Amino acid sequence: MIPFEYVRATDVAGAVASGAEPGAAYLAAGTNLLDLMKGGVSRPTRLVDITRLPGLAAVARRDDGSVRIGALARNSDLAHDPAFAGAYPAVAEALLSGASAQLRNAATAAGNVMQRTRCPYFADTASACNKRRPGTGCDAQGGETRLHAILGWSEACIATHPSDFCVPLVALDARVEIAGPAGTRTVPLESFHRLPGDAPERETVLEPGDLITALVLPPEAAGFSGHSRYLKVRDRTSYAFAVVSAAVGLRLEGGRIAEARLALGGVALKPWRAREAEGLLAGRAPDESAFRDAADAALTGAEPSGDNAFKIELARRLVVRALHRAAAGTPERLPALPGSVLAPAPEAPHA
Amino acid sequence: MSVDIVLTVNGTRRTIPLPDLRTTLLDLLREGLHLTGAKKGCDRGQCGACTVLVDGRRINACLALAISLDGAEILTIEGLAEGDRLHPVQEAFIAHDGFQCGFCTPGQIMSAVGLIREAQAGNDPERVREAMSGNLCRCGAYAGITEAVLEAQQAMIQQSTGQRPAGRQGEAA
Repeated sequence: MIPFEYVRATDVAGAVASGAEPGAAYLAAGTNLLDLMKGGVSRPTRLVDITRLPGLAAVARRDDGSVRIGALARNSDLAHDPAFAGAYPAVAEALLSGASAQLRNAATAAGNVMQRTRCPYFADTASACNKRRPGTGCDAQGGETRLHAILGWSEACIATHPSDFCVPLVALDARVEIAGPAGTRTVPLESFHRLPGDAPERETVLEPGDLITALVLPPEAAGFSGHSRYLKVRDRTSYAFAVVSAAVGLRLEGGRIAEARLALGGVALKPWRAREAEGLLAGRAPDESAFRDAADAALTGAEPSGDNAFKIELARRLVVRALHRAAAGTPERLPALPGSVLAPAPEAPHA
Repeated sequence: MSVDIVLTVNGTRRTIPLPDLRTTLLDLLREGLHLTGAKKGCDRGQCGACTVLVDGRRINACLALAISLDGAEILTIEGLAEGDRLHPVQEAFIAHDGFQCGFCTPGQIMSAVGLIREAQAGNDPERVREAMSGNLCRCGAYAGITEAVLEAQQAMIQQSTGQRPAGRQGEAA
């Protein structure tokens, strides 16, 4: 870890001014940043500690029915907030399917959005990586690609975004509130992370000094609470990143799907909203045939980026299963293993 | 540049010089304060051997920057027993053989103390296993650890309420 200057911010304006300096990085819990700094992957020369910023840990329900999740809300506090988990059960399930209890106790909402890819070639400074050092190449290609992208990747980068939390958030039209040198703005989470293209080092729409202050769920996001699930296929039952994951929200009316929300995780360098599939589900009966059509639509354009063609079919089947589980209704209590595909399910066995 | 931070460690408030800002809480505890109960296993947040409570919550001490925790209250394994009287979680780990080599044990015990405070797992062994998944045990003492956590939790509930413990989920009360 290289030496750094430490600045403890006391207000947002001060944080932004300090964070706009070259080489600066914001420090919240640091669960991802410190790990990357130890490995020499991230090399900030100034850490702007934002953990003392007042009011940024609150989860506030607004009069219009929207919810503002403060940037510093801890993952575990958010997931265990009964009102929040009741209104957005797939978000709570995604949060609790990620990392370990210790990490969830520390890690923040905005930190989760800002976490870096877990591509092992990105984390290994001896490997070529266009994201870490632009123009040096990509050693992931031709390497171990089990956790790599099948959608939206480029020749420059085949990494995935590792977040569980972001997957239901993007399905629910969350917006990111950003304070910057020019003032405050909000952008849809769906367009917050960039696909790699030929500049994988540019990971988000943030500009120097920009600080996430909150994530906002719109009023209609709570309308899916009765039929919401997050499912995650991983290489261990617990404490592992998604190979693929799916977040589903359904609004059922008169035995038909009035509105569907669907997003995939572990498949691209951003949480992947499947809007075409959502459109196909609207008006259909919640049955196997509709779910398979949606799964096919969600994976349209998917291509292996290496030895990971299995993820395309795996994602299709996971979408079908997640839709079945959502249609069956959100469980009264969060499952003992959040997001697990292994838990007993009311629907027919895996296709 | 050396700065001082103030931490309350195992009940004692102390001013601690921090000669290197890069110091993690784990390194400060082990190298600065000679509290070597929290172990440096992976140093990457993957094994849980460094688990301590910060302001009452279990975290990985290896992934926390000490200077950022200025003013916090830290509880480590060294502060758990009251004199010769072991904490109920420590008692239960001994009673259920919740360890073999012992390297992961301080982290397991602090994690279990945090889990019981969080009160999310109830009497469900599956929820306890999930909630303890951030603590690896390479000797494979998991069965005993789960039993120990469940028993300690019951003992602590009983102690604090004077009530009889409820039956294990799935069993007759």
